[in-house]
Amino acid sequence: MNKLISRILPSGRFWVISVPYLWLFLFFLLPFAIVLKISFSEAAIAIPPYKPLFDYVEQSLNVVVNLGNYIFLTQDSLYLAAYLGSLKVALISTVICLLLGYPMALAIARAPREKQLVYLLLVMMPTWTAILIRVYAWMGILSSNGLLNNLLMSIGVISSPLQILNTNIAVYIGVVYAYLPFMVLPLYANLVKHDETLLEAAMDLGASKLSAFWKITVPLSKTGIIAGSMLVFIPVVGEFVIPELLGGPETLMIGKILWQEFFNNRDWPVASALAIVMLAILLIPIILFHYNQSRAMEKNA
Amino acid sequence: MKNRFAFSTIMLWVGLAFIYIPMVILVIYSFNASRLVTVWGGWSVHWYVGLLDNTQLMNAVKRSLQIALYTACAAVALGTLAAFVMTRIKRFRGRTLFSGLVTAPLVMPEVITGLSLLLLFVAMAQLIGWPAERGVMTIWIAHTTFCTAYVAIVVSGRLGELDQSIEEAAMDLGAPPWKTFLLITVPMIAPSIAAGWLLSFTLSLDDLVLASFVSGPGATTLPMEVFSAVRLGVKPEINAIASVILLAVALFTLLAWFLVRSADKRSRMPPPEDDKHITWQAAINSRKHS
Repeated sequence: MNKLISRILPSGRFWVISVPYLWLFLFFLLPFAIVLKISFSEAAIAIPPYKPLFDYVEQSLNVVVNLGNYIFLTQDSLYLAAYLGSLKVALISTVICLLLGYPMALAIARAPREKQLVYLLLVMMPTWTAILIRVYAWMGILSSNGLLNNLLMSIGVISSPLQILNTNIAVYIGVVYAYLPFMVLPLYANLVKHDETLLEAAMDLGASKLSAFWKITVPLSKTGIIAGSMLVFIPVVGEFVIPELLGGPETLMIGKILWQEFFNNRDWPVASALAIVMLAILLIPIILFHYNQSRAMEKNA
Repeated sequence: MKNRFAFSTIMLWVGLAFIYIPMVILVIYSFNASRLVTVWGGWSVHWYVGLLDNTQLMNAVKRSLQIALYTACAAVALGTLAAFVMTRIKRFRGRTLFSGLVTAPLVMPEVITGLSLLLLFVAMAQLIGWPAERGVMTIWIAHTTFCTAYVAIVVSGRLGELDQSIEEAAMDLGAPPWKTFLLITVPMIAPSIAAGWLLSFTLSLDDLVLASFVSGPGATTLPMEVFSAVRLGVKPEINAIASVILLAVALFTLLAWFLVRSADKRSRMPPPEDDKHITWQAAINSRKHS
């Protein structure tokens, strides 16, 4: 390893690091600084629709930091409700994904090796397919004259169609459906590495199946649980497509509000402030995810 | 023994059914002759025939394919470099920030990434006059940034498993680092590079949120086109487009799977289960003796 590093010429090494670094810096990190900047500026009817933060007039630099956008967010209860709504949907969906995904990941990890790959492919394939189309598929199923209602009515469970589409229940179904694979994959990657002899040893020592599972499998899969939960929780907080297509008037999610603020109201500073607050809320889970990932990677190396 | 995991096996099948039934229903109903989406009127392909005449849609398809192609190539180049840096260069200034930048796009909500990139492009246009207009180019940049993270994860997984002694041997025999990388490392990680390419291609083809933010007037991609149609309700034409996309992605995924599987077979000649068992046995034995 050390040989490899020392053999790489300083210049070569420099370029290998700096090309991806520069790209990510320029197109991923820098944009957040600009969002932060615009969140402090005032909206204006212009192109682009905000006033500059810095003003240089008659040899004096005027910095106008406008906190109005943030104050505006606290004054309208809509925004607070949207943040809370997003967190609630994300939290409940993450728990459902975990409850459904854990046994799935366990079953795949314990299957014969040839079958594991097939199962993995079956779970993975949807994540490569347009989320838009998979959410759209549910619109046809859940609508009041849709397949689910028709089915339930024909077998006599209900007498009149249930309103499922355009409610929060539809949002939960859509979110769990779309994000389930993101829970299963990291859990599988973790569970497949477990040493089954530990479980056998526990059983030999008299542990029941359930307590062996609780005391050995679950603690050992902690990194997988964290990774999976964060992969579901964080993106769902900002989800736009699912609440837009499946949700109804009661569905308040911050991704949808941000989209409307930006595209419909064309208020860029308020949209930026919404994004900054969302990012601040997500900072802890994102750091947790990153810490967890780098620890898992170090363990592998 | 087999019975022990019955609950989890049932859950696996329930989960897979949950994942696949909606898509199967969608495909079946795309062949529905009836104009009404929920009433079955017999088999027909006429919704598919109409798609080819829809020039607006076909232009969006062409544009999406073009962007996906450029994105996949750029993301593979950047992602492979990033993965190499993460797994092979353990110490350099700003490494923590670097690894953060590589993994963050995976979890960052798309609305935030999209909004921030758009504001960057607007600020850049004001400052240096580039990009003059948003379209294919800006969507390509956005998609490349996002897909690089995926490629880096896929490739770094493979790089981590590689036996580095072969690379070291090549360098001991006098190969310069770039030659070692191109002739030894790249062929060994080729399947994961190919898988990363296909993944980026499909992710780019699929993205709606980023593209909506960073595209300009007149540059609509296929998902944007589908989204505006879907908002108006469920229609048989959309069922047909959606089915075509599903089929295309399924084919790509199968291809990627074969690539990964063939690489897996080659690299794991001794079955890992036995391997693990032996090391575990050895560990127990050594403890007994000490």
